[in-house]
Amino acid sequence: MQTLDRVAINPGGTGQDGNPPAVALADLHKSFVTQNVLNGISLTVSRGETLAVLGRSGSGKSVLLKIVIGLQKPDSGSVLIHGRDIAGLALDQLGDVRMKMGFLFQHAALYDSLTVEQNVAFPLQHHKREMSASERRGRVLELLAEVGMERALEKMPSDISGGMQKRVGLARALALEPDILLLDEPTAGLDPISASEIDDLVLKLQEEHHMASIVVTHDLHSAKTIAGRLILLHDGKIEIEGAFEELQHSDVEFVREFLKHS
Amino acid sequence: MIDGKSETAAGLDLPLPWLGTILAFPPVRASKNLIYGFLEWFGELAIFFWRVVRAAVTPPFEFRELFRQLDEIGSKSLPVVALAGGAIGVVLSLEARHSLTRFGAKSLLPAAVVFAVIDESGPIITGLVASGRLGAGIGAELASMKVTEQIDAIEASAVNPYRLLAAPRILACILMLPLLTLAADFCGLAMGWVTQTLAEPVTFSRFINDGFRGATFNDLLPPAFKTAVFGLIIGLIACFQGMRTRGGAEGVGRAATSSVVLSSLFVIVADVVLVKLILIFFP
Repeated sequence: MQTLDRVAINPGGTGQDGNPPAVALADLHKSFVTQNVLNGISLTVSRGETLAVLGRSGSGKSVLLKIVIGLQKPDSGSVLIHGRDIAGLALDQLGDVRMKMGFLFQHAALYDSLTVEQNVAFPLQHHKREMSASERRGRVLELLAEVGMERALEKMPSDISGGMQKRVGLARALALEPDILLLDEPTAGLDPISASEIDDLVLKLQEEHHMASIVVTHDLHSAKTIAGRLILLHDGKIEIEGAFEELQHSDVEFVREFLKHS
Repeated sequence: MIDGKSETAAGLDLPLPWLGTILAFPPVRASKNLIYGFLEWFGELAIFFWRVVRAAVTPPFEFRELFRQLDEIGSKSLPVVALAGGAIGVVLSLEARHSLTRFGAKSLLPAAVVFAVIDESGPIITGLVASGRLGAGIGAELASMKVTEQIDAIEASAVNPYRLLAAPRILACILMLPLLTLAADFCGLAMGWVTQTLAEPVTFSRFINDGFRGATFNDLLPPAFKTAVFGLIIGLIACFQGMRTRGGAEGVGRAATSSVVLSSLFVIVADVVLVKLILIFFP
């Protein structure tokens, strides 16, 4: 079986540039009442790299992403962000680490009582208090222009489509100029054209901002387009890890089965 | 399949086998689960309260959100609290008139209405009306944010949701309940006078002078300010039930209902304790 064992995992070590990897997970375990969701996951993601996490529904992809940003705590194992273990940090201590991360939720999770402008301004209002109102508005316009949503400034989230909500969610995730971007099913529930637009947008943003990105997706086409490296989760473990071509040529039955139905 | 009996007996490893049989008896087992669930709920509530207190006393302070909640919880609850207070004033005046006339003590009517309103009816009616309006409102709002991952999004933006969402709401409930109680008291007294004067004309100043004769601040302020505790109970339970919700629209409904039921229940229980404490410390 091809597993990540063949990949050198050194979470506490340094990358090629001499700095610790942006994200390093080591021997991560997480279980819920009756289900062992993650069973010894180890991986690293460096700056400028995009990793796609594939797997069946309920395979723990979203849980993995939430553990990386500290929204869920692992049962055991370490979560190193730029070399700092966040697994045991309290809510207030996580603040500094989270400011370096952007998170796009599966359903965008825009604040439904705020306008598009206020949604994108939210992180700036709380963390860039020195910014004047006009500077903040300028920055929000810039971010919305980056995702092609500058005309929706005054609209409420309920007045825009799912694809547009994801764009606004992306703009909000980028507000604090993160160096780690976490995307949970960025193309789920979108028509092929909107999905393709989101893929292009993510690619463009990665090129411009040079972030470390982890993309959780069911969409193999999207994973192939935006990620240089893919992992496939099965039974709480990484079944296979590599470029899309490596997955295609794998002789592991689950991998072949997964690709056949994707 | 493991039946409840052998599971309980084996799990507890009891020295007396008959005790295992008793504990496996369905009503006993159900009571045990109920007690465990109750203790677990209280434990989680205590942890939640500690997190809110810690978030509330450390900067940055969310003053803007606090003022928004003061308006939402205070001024927007005023009409319904005033209406309830007024209705209670009418009822008390009618009842007191009927009873006191039978005992030949009609002259005590203003005092009976005043003391009944300010000592108990005003505060408890305000507490229960606020439990209904605020418990359902806060519980449903936060539950809806929880199931749509908006609270996770706040956390992911490195903002403490206990500081931004729970602390301002709870603090606003604590600050506004006594003021709402004073408003309910005033409306109760005013409507008590209107009811009285329709039956037997008397001026408002005369009604108030007769009613408050012999009254001190100890009669007025402690009952009004005990509702700050009601505010704490309502805000805390509603935020807690809302922020721990799971499971879509059904979860939102459950959170709203449980917020109202639990906060009303705890307001009544707290009232029993507070009345006794007020009688001890403000005789």
